This record gives sequence, structure tokens and C-alpha cells, in this order.
Amino acid sequence: MLAFIVRRLIQSIIVMLAVAFIAFSLFQFTGDPINNMVGPEASAETRQLLRERLGLDKPFPIQFLHFVGNVVQGEFGVSYRLGMKVEDILVQRLPATLELVAVAALLALAVGVPLGVYTGLHRYGAVSRLMLTLSLVGISLPTFLIGILLILVFAVWLGWLPSFGRGKVVSIGWWTTNFTSWDGFRSIILPAITLSLFQMTLIMRLVRAEMLEVLRTDYIKFARARGLTNRAVNFGHALKNTLVPVITITGLQIGALIAFAIITETVFQWPGMGLLFLQAIQFVDIPVMSSYLVLVAFLFVIINLVVDLLYYAVDPRLRIDRAAVGAH
Amino acid sequence: MTLRLAVLGLAAGLTLALGSSVDAKTFRYATGSDLLGLDPHSNNEGPTNAMKGNLYEGLLHRKPDLSLQPSLATEWTQTAPDVWRFKLRQGVKFHQGQAFTADDVVFSLARQSQATSDMAYAVASIKEIKKVDDHTIDLVTKGPDPVLLQNLPLFFIMSKSWVEQNNAVTVERGAGKTNFPNINANGTGPFRVVERIPDTRTVLEPNTAWWGHATRTTNITRAVFQPIGNPATRVAALLSGEMDLVYPVPLQDVDRIKAQGGVQVLQGPELRTIFLGFDQWRDESLDMPGSKKNPFKDVRVRKAFYQAIDINAIHRVVMRGASAPTALMVAPGIQGFPEELNKRLPYDPEAAKKLLAEAGYPNGFPVTLDCPNDRYVNDEAICLAIVPMIKRIGIDIKLNAQTRSKHFNKIGRTENNMTSFYMLGWTPGSYDSLNAIMNLMNPESMGTGHAEWNSGRYNNAKVNELSDKIKVETDQLKRNAMIREVFKIHQDEVGHIPLHQQALAWGVRDSVEKVWQRPFDDVDLRFITMK
Repeated sequence: MLAFIVRRLIQSIIVMLAVAFIAFSLFQFTGDPINNMVGPEASAETRQLLRERLGLDKPFPIQFLHFVGNVVQGEFGVSYRLGMKVEDILVQRLPATLELVAVAALLALAVGVPLGVYTGLHRYGAVSRLMLTLSLVGISLPTFLIGILLILVFAVWLGWLPSFGRGKVVSIGWWTTNFTSWDGFRSIILPAITLSLFQMTLIMRLVRAEMLEVLRTDYIKFARARGLTNRAVNFGHALKNTLVPVITITGLQIGALIAFAIITETVFQWPGMGLLFLQAIQFVDIPVMSSYLVLVAFLFVIINLVVDLLYYAVDPRLRIDRAAVGAH
Repeated sequence: MTLRLAVLGLAAGLTLALGSSVDAKTFRYATGSDLLGLDPHSNNEGPTNAMKGNLYEGLLHRKPDLSLQPSLATEWTQTAPDVWRFKLRQGVKFHQGQAFTADDVVFSLARQSQATSDMAYAVASIKEIKKVDDHTIDLVTKGPDPVLLQNLPLFFIMSKSWVEQNNAVTVERGAGKTNFPNINANGTGPFRVVERIPDTRTVLEPNTAWWGHATRTTNITRAVFQPIGNPATRVAALLSGEMDLVYPVPLQDVDRIKAQGGVQVLQGPELRTIFLGFDQWRDESLDMPGSKKNPFKDVRVRKAFYQAIDINAIHRVVMRGASAPTALMVAPGIQGFPEELNKRLPYDPEAAKKLLAEAGYPNGFPVTLDCPNDRYVNDEAICLAIVPMIKRIGIDIKLNAQTRSKHFNKIGRTENNMTSFYMLGWTPGSYDSLNAIMNLMNPESMGTGHAEWNSGRYNNAKVNELSDKIKVETDQLKRNAMIREVFKIHQDEVGHIPLHQQALAWGVRDSVEKVWQRPFDDVDLRFITMK
């Protein structure tokens, strides 16, 4: 097991290097940061000076090696836009994104699983059909449109919830949290719903499909024949057996949530990493873009690792297979 | 449980009581992007510059009507053509308590003049500042400088001892180091920073020790600046009452906002002039390889393009009435603006076709219009409207609209002005016509800092000669006459096609009693009053 984890971590370094390399080769096409950094009155000499100081006059393989060399020493560079150390900015933004993603994931599970079970059990019910139709909307409407609609209804028309920002946050060490104040809690509701809607419908449909599958199996029929209560059959046996793929998908979707957070955060001006990344792209803030991409690559590797480990824990068959493979 | 509820209730009650206390006037405002930092000598950029003026002061301050008023200097006289004596205000203190003296002025000049400072242009004409005594200085310019005073509001004074203590004498940009004053502020201005979280909020409170505090115009007790990048969210925050003022408001939302109660849209002219330029230096147009021809060298072709553009249609449809069509490269309000020349050539596609035929292009020629799509109000839409207008006179025109960081590189010096026909906008930073003349109409050979954005390399010997004279002429009447002459020559030659000044659009809640909309699209907190 330990060897497996170590191997994965070594792989993650290769993944991060590859991501950084591809990123730097693409930065050639994002435009020149100099125009965003200096005012219109700046002379050609000033521009050239700045370009040299930033190392932008060098070809991209050199810039890439320079970046890797600095990262190895723990230096992620200074943001062109904000003039602050990238690691400080990322640490400031990480809690906002992780809290948003956590709430969105919980919301998706808390609503998606029961609805999935319900629609699985009552295949032809009117409510199930309505839910399935609505879930199509959740899957097909783009995130930014859902966000704007929610803002229009709950912030502008009803005035119940804030339309943007994190509201009041409380610092606990370097972490900042939304959950210790009413204002902060209110602020996270709309973005979390926006972000979770897609995953919610995905999980609902997945659970429903799995339920339909499981309900046809012999052991469920047998359980019913034994006269177990509906509750025990549906939740004790059927649901439990649907959860293995649900855990896997949910785990993998957390990575997608972090990625989707870019749009949600932009719509709600949520000061997380996604918004930071989008602003970095607009400004051609190369240190922030490259560090963000490397960090997200790392997060993906970690999430995949955790999911694999969970899989081992949940499904005993895998462990046997693995042992068999190992014996070859 | 009951106890907790009671405590919560009490806390809520307290917050309410505090929130509604008589004197608390919190002004919340938002724009599209955050400050690039607090260092007044580092960046030269919209929201950043606006914030500097709340925290720091120059020797002079520019009022919303663009006139100059005393700030850290109380009076000044010109003692020689290139020497100015300034009396400095007594008893002024920085936010952190340091006393303001002539040493701070001398020091600030040295700091702002560094090559890494993007504000160096504003003090470029100053040779040195001599301390006469603690509250008197002699400012020596490199030769007579008629626009010195116009630039002084952008010369921001920092505390020498504070900057030195924090090892921030060098303006750091891109050197892998962070800049202490970029994250902390210590000015003499009417507001001080209470809290700043980049990209989230910057909170200011009045500086009660400010020299003008007793006679101040503003009555706000707290100002919260928040960037909201998405325009739809920005408007929503205004409509939902979370914001007192947001800017800019997208033109398509103006009518909708006006229809709402409690909110109004403040529209006014901006100083930026949007125009089109032509490549007038290459012997062969970029779009006509192998032809050995550059049609834009012929004034008849430039004039044909001018007359093919229906500016009123752009004004009415694309800008929804929120623009002021112009025939000049500077806006009204800019020093030297020659009102009587502000007459556009008539829109006349038939005349344009005739001009093209006379110039030897009866069947037109291919050309690409370079255009930004995220810089000016409706920039891409304007270009999309211009393309069919130009097509109508027989030109095979293509549009190349792209993000600003690519557009400005392509048309700028970085890529050697790789454009034949382009869109650009310009606001003279010094509020004087000379700035536009030097940057847009003079050739590169005129010296450093010139012609940065003369992307088509317009070049006229008489204009160049006059520019050199305007630079040093201190007699305002003579100077204005020469500025007028330059604009006349440039206009007759169709050096560029001026389009319009775009209109500012700010969304303001009724909670705001009075706000001055300065034509450079920024909020000066000292002139804002709340109900």
C-alpha cells in the first residue's frame, strides 16, 4: 500500500511538470503582460526594461526551466497584477474555493441521493417524471446563466441573499471561513447551489440508474420474499449496493467542481482560486496562471489517489484482484 | 438553546442599533477590477490612480471640473522660466504621524522618477527640487514647461522616513520582490486604509487629522471599495441595494436601471477619444503583399474611409446615444481644445467612392481592421458596424478583433506596428493637447517617451516643428494658437479618423446625495455626500 502511494506521488511530480510545460508553451498565445502592467504613457524603453526584468524576452523553454528552478526552491514568483507573492495569494484564496466546493458537494449528495432513490423506486410517478425533467434543465443550462438567474430572483427581486462576495468571513489561523457568521453563511448559499446543480442532477441520475439495476437482482427479490420491510430492503440492501460507483464518481467530480468553480466564482465575485485564475488570464499574469495550474494538477492527482484508496476500502473484490495480479 | 437564541438576538439588535446610528454613513462602491496595489509610484492604471488620490496628495489637486486647487502646496510663483517656488502647507501629518516637510517632496521626486515607476512620465520634465527651508522648495524644470502644473496632481508625496524604514525606496516591479507600500499605505490624504484584501475589498475611513478635515465636502464615515468583475453581477448588486454606486454600467442595462425606483444612471462625457488610424509609412500595405502599394499614403483614400463612416448610426445604434461624435483627437475640456475645428467631414459614401476612383482604386483593395474586444465601450461592436460601411464603398475589409493584451502588442511598438488600419483610444494624462500630439502625431525620432502610440507613424514636418515650440511656449494664447494649427493640419490630412468620446455611465442609488462624476471615470471620495 505504501509503495502504491509513493509511486502515485512520484507520478504526480511528472504530471505537474508536464502541466507546467504545456502551460508555458501556451502562454505564448495569451498575449503580452507588459501592456497590462504599464500605463499608455510608458516609453518603449520602460517596456523593454520591464520585459527583461520579468525574463519575458527569453524563449519559453528557458522561462519554463526558470519557473521550475524557483518552484523547487519554494518560490512561486510575484503576481504581475497584484504585486504580491503568488503563494500568499493562493493561500488566501484556497479556503474560499474549498469551502464552496465542500458545500456544493455536500448539497449535491444530500439532495441527489434521496431524489435518486425516490425516482428509482417510483419509476412512473408524476413527481419522478417532474424531477427527471427538471434534472435535464440542471444538466443543460450553463452555469453562468443559472447563477445570474439565482441572483436576479433571490438578490434583486426578493432581496433575501447577497448577490456577490463572501460576506463576513472569520479567520482561524490562515484559514478563513464562512461558517461562523450568519452573513458569511448567507453568502455561500447561492454560489453553492449554482455550483452543485450539475453534480446534483448527475448523482440523482446515477443513483436512479443503479437503483433500477439493483432492484432487479435476485437478492432483493429474496429479501422481499423473506418479508423484510420496504425500508430495510430499499435502504439497507439496495442503496448500500449502489453506493460504490456513486462514491467513485463523487470523488472524481470534486476535481470537476474545482474546475467549474471558475465560472461560478466569476459570476458571484467569489474570491477563490477560480476567480483568481480567470483574472490572471485576462491580465496575462503568468506566475499566477502557472502556479494555479500546477496546484490544480496536484489536487487532481491527490483526489484520484484518495478515490482509489476508497475503492480498495469499499470493494473487497478489488483487493483480491490486486493480490492476484501481484502474484504473476 | 434558549440562551443561545437570546444571545444571538441581542447581538443582532446591537448590530442593528450600530448600523442605524445617526452619523454612520457607509459608502459602498464597485468597479470592474481591483486596484493593482496601493503604491502611488508603481502603477498607472484607472482604479489604482483613483484610489491614490484618496490616500495620497500631490502639491496640487485636480477638482472634478478639472481645475487645479492647492493641496500640499499653498501657493506658488514662477521665479524664472524654468524655476518655480512652492510654499508647502504647514502642520500636515502623514496617516502614521510623521510630519510632512520639504524632505518628503525631494525624496518623492527621486522615488517617482525611477525607471521602474510607471508614474515617472508625470515628473519627467522636472530636473530637480531644491529644499529652501522645511516648508519651501524650488522646483527646477528641464527648460520651460508650460504644462508643469497640469502634471503636479499626479506627483504623489510619500513619507521619506516611512519608506526608508520599510526598505521600499526602490519601486519594485517584476523583480521577484514584493513592494511594502503596495500592501500598506501612509499618505497625507483625506482617507486612510483600514482593511485591504486584494480582489475582495478595500475599506477606508476618514483621516481625522487631515488638514482639510474641518472644511471637507464629504460626510461619509466609511468607504468600502469592492471589485465586481461580471457586469451583470455588478448591476445586480446595485439593484439589490448592496452597493451605493457602481461603474461602469453596460449601455444595454441603462434603460432597465432607469426604470427601477431608487436608482439612477449618471451619464457624462469621458475625456478619452476613440479613433481609427492608418499605416502611413510602409511602402507596401500588409494586406497587399507583392503589390508595392500602400493606398493609405494617399490622403484621398484616407478621406474616402472617413466619409464612408456613418458616425451618427454608430452613435444611435451601437452606443445607444451614449457618445459624443467628434472631429478632433482630444475632448472638450482638454487644454487647447479648438472648439471651432470640431466639425466632421460629412458622411457621403458616393463622394468616398469617387475619391477612391480618383486615387486609382475604383475596385477597392484588401485591408484588415485591427480592433480590441475588451478595452473600450462596445469596441468590437463599433468595428463590426464600420466593416459593412467600408465594404459599401468597395473595399475588401476584414475584421481582426482580439483581446487587448494581443491587440496592443500587434499595433504597438512590440510588434513593430503590425497593422494597416486599427482602433485606439487616448486620454491625455496631463489634460493638455500636447500629450495627444506627442503620443499620437509625432514621429519616433522626436526623442524618448514620444510617439508610443503613433501606430500608423503619421509624420508631418510642420506638425513636428510646431510640437517642439508648443513644448516650451509659456504664453498660453500663442501656445493655443499653435495647438490649433497642429490640429488643423492633422485634420486636413486626415491623419486619423476621430470617432467619438464615449460616455461614462455610473449607477447611483438614492442613498447618495451628491456625487461628482469626473470625466476620467473615477470616484473621488472627497466630493461624495450621502443622505
